[in-house]
Amino acid sequence: MSTETEPETGTSTAAPDRSGSSTGAGDARAARPLKALTLAMFKGFVRDRMTLFWAIAFPLMFLVLFGGIFTDQGQSRPADVIVVGDVSVIDDAPTQAREAIDRAIAITREDDLDAALAKVRDGDATAVVTEEGGEVTVRYSAADAVAGAQIQGVMQAIVQQANTAVYQQATGEPPAFTFTASQVEDESLQAIQYVTPSLLGWAVAMSATFGAAANLVMWRKSGLLRRLRLAPVRTSSVVLARVGVSLVIALVQAVIFIGLGVGAFGLQLSGWWPLVVPLLLAGTLAFLSIGMLAGAVSKTEEGAIGLANFIVLPMAFLSGSFFPLDGAPAWLRAVSNALPLKHLNQGMLDVMVREQGPSAIVLPIVILLGFAAVFATISARLFRWEA
Amino acid sequence: MGVQIEVDQLTMRYGDVTAVDGISFTVAPGEFFGLLGPNGAGKTTTLETIEGLRSPTSGRVSVAGRDPARREPDLQRRIGVQLQSSAFFERLTAVEQLQTFGAIYGVPAARLDELLEQVGLTEKATAQVEDLSGGQKQRLSIACALVHDPDVVFLDEPTAALDPQARRNLWDVLRGINDSGRTVVLTTHYMEEAEELCDRVAIVDHGRLLELDTPGALIRKLDAATRIGLAAEAIALEDARGLPGAESVRLDGSGLVIQTREPATVLAELGRREALEGLSVSKGTLEDVFLDLTGREYRA
Repeated sequence: MSTETEPETGTSTAAPDRSGSSTGAGDARAARPLKALTLAMFKGFVRDRMTLFWAIAFPLMFLVLFGGIFTDQGQSRPADVIVVGDVSVIDDAPTQAREAIDRAIAITREDDLDAALAKVRDGDATAVVTEEGGEVTVRYSAADAVAGAQIQGVMQAIVQQANTAVYQQATGEPPAFTFTASQVEDESLQAIQYVTPSLLGWAVAMSATFGAAANLVMWRKSGLLRRLRLAPVRTSSVVLARVGVSLVIALVQAVIFIGLGVGAFGLQLSGWWPLVVPLLLAGTLAFLSIGMLAGAVSKTEEGAIGLANFIVLPMAFLSGSFFPLDGAPAWLRAVSNALPLKHLNQGMLDVMVREQGPSAIVLPIVILLGFAAVFATISARLFRWEA
Repeated sequence: MGVQIEVDQLTMRYGDVTAVDGISFTVAPGEFFGLLGPNGAGKTTTLETIEGLRSPTSGRVSVAGRDPARREPDLQRRIGVQLQSSAFFERLTAVEQLQTFGAIYGVPAARLDELLEQVGLTEKATAQVEDLSGGQKQRLSIACALVHDPDVVFLDEPTAALDPQARRNLWDVLRGINDSGRTVVLTTHYMEEAEELCDRVAIVDHGRLLELDTPGALIRKLDAATRIGLAAEAIALEDARGLPGAESVRLDGSGLVIQTREPATVLAELGRREALEGLSVSKGTLEDVFLDLTGREYRA
């Protein structure tokens, strides 16, 4: 610290006695402005209802929305089926099979076939099932063809299973072919498992980008940057203060998202979920530097926020923040791999719900830090102190 | 306390435009120095170079014997700046602005109440900066410039866009800053402000230094005629023209105006004739000097 080696000039300078600080005077000089700037930025953030809304409430709205919609779809309620009379494939099914049937369909009983059919016509039930001499009949309404087809499939499977059981009993041999379908990730996979990490990635990207862009333009326009340039504060302190504030915001977002996901939507975290912290740090750095770039090239706050939106919103779609890209064309997935948010989302999914360990975050973090370095360099080149 | 400032052949060029063209002057420790000029005259550029925001194209600037453009923290701690725009941290209260600037300069927060009182903002201490009036913001920005008790204070048009009352309030604050022995450098385009506050005034236009002296000396140098105003019916136009010492006489909407360099003679004669109805007498002001030097054409 070159300034320390020089003698203090002028006895009347306002340099205070820093001996009370346990760290060296050099550290105190750097640390106090950093702390003060961080605090000032943070207060400015929490006192602005609009930025709070965009950083916390807005992404949360999406979590509730997507979580709600897809949770319903994911664990579709069993179809209401009315059983009239004895239906042996259901009634006589072994315990294990019976449990499977109960998961697939909700059975109610009715003695009168006409009354049961009326209910199906009115849409109060999906289908009526009867059995006569070994022939199982499913009656459903054309008004709900999808549910009808579903119930057909379910009943076919039940009949098939019963046939297999009869065959097995008769011959004593196991059936030659069996069929099992299961999802790759987890038996308990629900939409919330996917949307929580992905929407959190988007939320962090959005607030880091917007925060940096708006902050930079606002301070340049008000002349505060010029003012700070004439104060004994390092440029790095100003940047570090912004990093600190954005990181705190990211962690608060993570706590709220994960808390709400677990508490309200049945999110099941894998054991490695605390690894989101280093991921969020790297992601925050990457998107801060993108935000700095947006702030460096924009003249007004409106322009900076518009530009940040223009970058982050399409990126969120292309990075699978709102829905998986598994079904997307190959070229789209290739584009997606060139985006930092894609890698942030990937890492978050891996450690939060896919039971992957520390090795899963190495590549995403390297890529995110790479983006951070590139964009920070470009922003530093384009940076202007004055409007 | 107090710092000497030397500006030697300062020149600033931006492409083809020469904003400052070979300006030289020295500000003595403890002096209240005014840079006066119309918009775009180069006074803000000059000030910003002294503050250390710009490096001169050619020439030399020194503050307390050091080059401000190097922006050494040790020198910056001795300089207080108040910039043209109101540069504040958004949504912080008045007292929090001072705390933050204080921490940046590494000073304890002890004097903040005193400082707020000095600029008359004690009651607004906990108001967010967005809720302050224009005059209150200007006063707060001056308090922010003083938070680290600097030896020299630079004020760039501190009273711009203030109503006359707020401007006079601020003058008291500015006088107080100088009374404690600090060097103060002020830019303004209000003549009366420079006349009221400054020990010496530099009049700048088109990037050049036109005059540099005390306000009083500048006015004397102008040798401006005294204007004697009378009601139109006080004396006949022909009689007025015949008055001893009267240089020119004209009749306009507000009455009769007599210009003279011998006001005593003219007034005595008018008194003898009992023709003093609607009398007003005005001497030249710095404004006359200014207009005389910079011309009257309109500038944006």
